[in-house]
Amino acid sequence: MMADSGSEEIAVIGNTDLTSAELENNIKNTMVEIEKWTSLLRKMEISVGEAEKRTGKNTVNMQEIYTVYLIETRPVDAVTEGIIPAPDSLWRRYSEFELLRNYLLVTYPFVVVAPLPEKRAEIVWHKLSADNMDPDFVERRRVGLENFLLRLASHPVLCNDKIFYIFLTEEKGWKEMVYETGFQAKADSRLKAMNAAFRVKNPDKRFTELKHYSDELQAVVSQLLRVRARVADRLYGVYKVHGNYGRVFSEWSAIEKEMGDGLQSAGHHMDAYAASVDDILEEEEHYADQLKEYLFYTEALRAVCRKHELTQFELEMAAQDLASKKQQKEELVTGTVRTFSLKGMTSKLFGQETAEQREAKLQVLEQQIEEGEEAVKEKNTESDEFVKTAWIDIEHFKDQKDRDLKEALISYAIMQISRCKKGIQVWTNAKECFNKM
Amino acid sequence: MSRTIDAVVSPTQTNTIPADISGQMLDLDEDDDLEVFSKDLTLADGNMFNASMPTSPGSMVNQCKFEEDEESDSKDIFITVDNPESHVTAIETFITYRVLTKTTRSEFDNSEYEVRRRYQDFLWLKGKLEDAHSTLIVHPLPEKFVVKGMVERFNGDFIETRRKALHKFLNRIADHPILSCSEDFKVFLSAQAWELTTYKKQGPGFLSRMGETVRAVANSVRGVKNRPEEFTAIQEYVEDFSNKIGSLDKVTQRIVKEQKEYLEELKEYGPTYTLWSGSEEELAEQLKGVAGCIERCCKETEEQVGHLSDTLVPVLHEYVLCAETLKAVLRRRDNIQAEFEAKNEALATKKVDRDAESSDLGFVWGSLLGKNPEEARHQRQERLDGEIEELKEEIDKLEDRVEWANNALKGDWGRWQRSMRGDLKSAFLSTAEKNVDYYEKCSGVRFLSLPPIVLP
Repeated sequence: MMADSGSEEIAVIGNTDLTSAELENNIKNTMVEIEKWTSLLRKMEISVGEAEKRTGKNTVNMQEIYTVYLIETRPVDAVTEGIIPAPDSLWRRYSEFELLRNYLLVTYPFVVVAPLPEKRAEIVWHKLSADNMDPDFVERRRVGLENFLLRLASHPVLCNDKIFYIFLTEEKGWKEMVYETGFQAKADSRLKAMNAAFRVKNPDKRFTELKHYSDELQAVVSQLLRVRARVADRLYGVYKVHGNYGRVFSEWSAIEKEMGDGLQSAGHHMDAYAASVDDILEEEEHYADQLKEYLFYTEALRAVCRKHELTQFELEMAAQDLASKKQQKEELVTGTVRTFSLKGMTSKLFGQETAEQREAKLQVLEQQIEEGEEAVKEKNTESDEFVKTAWIDIEHFKDQKDRDLKEALISYAIMQISRCKKGIQVWTNAKECFNKM
Repeated sequence: MSRTIDAVVSPTQTNTIPADISGQMLDLDEDDDLEVFSKDLTLADGNMFNASMPTSPGSMVNQCKFEEDEESDSKDIFITVDNPESHVTAIETFITYRVLTKTTRSEFDNSEYEVRRRYQDFLWLKGKLEDAHSTLIVHPLPEKFVVKGMVERFNGDFIETRRKALHKFLNRIADHPILSCSEDFKVFLSAQAWELTTYKKQGPGFLSRMGETVRAVANSVRGVKNRPEEFTAIQEYVEDFSNKIGSLDKVTQRIVKEQKEYLEELKEYGPTYTLWSGSEEELAEQLKGVAGCIERCCKETEEQVGHLSDTLVPVLHEYVLCAETLKAVLRRRDNIQAEFEAKNEALATKKVDRDAESSDLGFVWGSLLGKNPEEARHQRQERLDGEIEELKEEIDKLEDRVEWANNALKGDWGRWQRSMRGDLKSAFLSTAEKNVDYYEKCSGVRFLSLPPIVLP
């Protein structure tokens, strides 16, 4: 379903303070003012409703089956007035989410951009299918994608992005729009820079620490998730084997007189016990997904740190370049050659330059020094800006992480308590049945 | 017979080892011994009899409890099996167990006995009891070797499991109204080692044993013709029971295996949270809390697995062996009846012979040799009558034997069913209770370690 035209959309959002000219400006403007914290979520309900399978031709003209997800949006105001209109909706596939995220990464390098859910199921325990078409996996991915959009919508900077907004509201033409921003070129150079090896002399210590932290976090959470999956596997085995008690008790009860009733009913409880593990582990999978999100976040953290290193490196290069130019000028002026240069050697061998030649060189150098000083100033500002904005976002991320993970750990503990309570129930019941034997 | 529950036994005493056996203390951990022997069972249900707990004669006397279904005789013979010790001779190494008896029975000269017995002696006793009372149900002995895995006769767990089973074996005999009066049993409990050896050498020799076995085989080949309905019913039951108990044994062992593997993974799980807490500030407390909970869960799981192995597994295994015993008992009863039937058939044949008018080869010969045909026939009649009388006498005896065997089995069958029910009921009850306890401990601990949560 296509969204309504521009001005109506704005009205729907509820932003009635701006003139139409300013509205136009806003739409054209993809950079944001961080001070104006306008959470998109305040104005819009966003959800990823269903998932469907589609068939189509891919880039190499081969048939493929893929899943699309329904994105539904609805203005918050409409609901609070007591009338609940039907939400606007459109379909997106996973690759479009990826495109959106890549665009945001490039456009806002100082932001720790929320990660996407797994493309493929990586850390699974045996019962859970690693198949992308498996309904349980698709369902969990749907939840993950919704979470991703909500993260973006509640981010003070990202929520104002036009491309993001269009992603939510206009199905057709969005892809072209993204490519038109020219982010692809930036993305390529960014990729190159990220992968290049360079040494930074004076990185901001906080970023170095952050990089270490994100490495540690990645390592420890990966390990935790792997072991958890193995524990889940084993727990599944324990519960399921008890199902055999159910079967054998039932058969045995048929040949016993006094013990028959007790055995029969105990058997039922054993069956219930064995069956209960499915729901328990399904719930735990949700906990694992919460941890996985932060595992994937570490990549975004590392990207921001890397960007800082890059900016810092460029600054250092510019400063170094300036310094060497200044030194060259000094040498030229004083006539001393402190460092080895081919020019210096040749002039020694073939005689000094003329005064005019020297004057010309000096002028060029002075020009270069002026430019160099401008460049250093620019880079300095850029670097400072980046550090400032990035660090605000990082603090924001840290708070979010602490809150989310604390909640996840608490809910995990509650899950375990609930599992234990169920265990107490089942075995108390079984005990009563055994008493009747 | 009443049952006894609970008890504490003091472990090692070395001052009563017979002089001719060189003692050598096993490498058993003192603490392990103590732990096993001093476990205090608090019982929720007075009817429970925990088969795995050793009972000292002294404390058994003080803590009698009565089974509802059985006669409320007070128990007058209390036996303990404990204190395994390794003995090394030039030829072999073996384990002996101390057998302690306290009794008020008049057949015994003393009221207390302490002897050492090895597995072979127990085997001998079982054999003697089964010979003397072929249709009584004698509780099974633990197997000769550990079937799966290595033959580790000197492994601590194996010895402990065997000790418990031997203890139960003797106590079951002591509880039995007929078997406990056996002279062989008395000698087993009271004789010194050399006395026992001498005693063993008496009695029916090897060859006569062979004769009995051959007869039994012959009879079983012939088969029994008119088995009473009730014994057929018992046999069918035993077949089914044997299958079911075998399955339960396997299932339980599988559960133990899975629990152990679960425990192994859990042990690696907790430390990852601790590791993580090292990188965090705000979250550190929470993470350490989870790590602590998992650790406690490990401890509880270990205990639960131990309980399963100590309580349920041995009992199920015992009854797997019982099922085989029952099959053997039914076979022996059948053989006794088959022997009786065979003799009856022989009698019928002889009678037919005697009444037959047809010619006897001997008669023909007799007439050739000039004997009076009338006289020859008369002689033949007399001879056959004599044989018939003999047969009748034998048949009477055999008939008595069949009746006695059937009654013995019928009586014991009821006893066996009751004790089977009691044993299995209490083993499963104990398991269920332990599991409730396990989950209670796991959930309680978790709850305490975390900041107060408002539960939905």
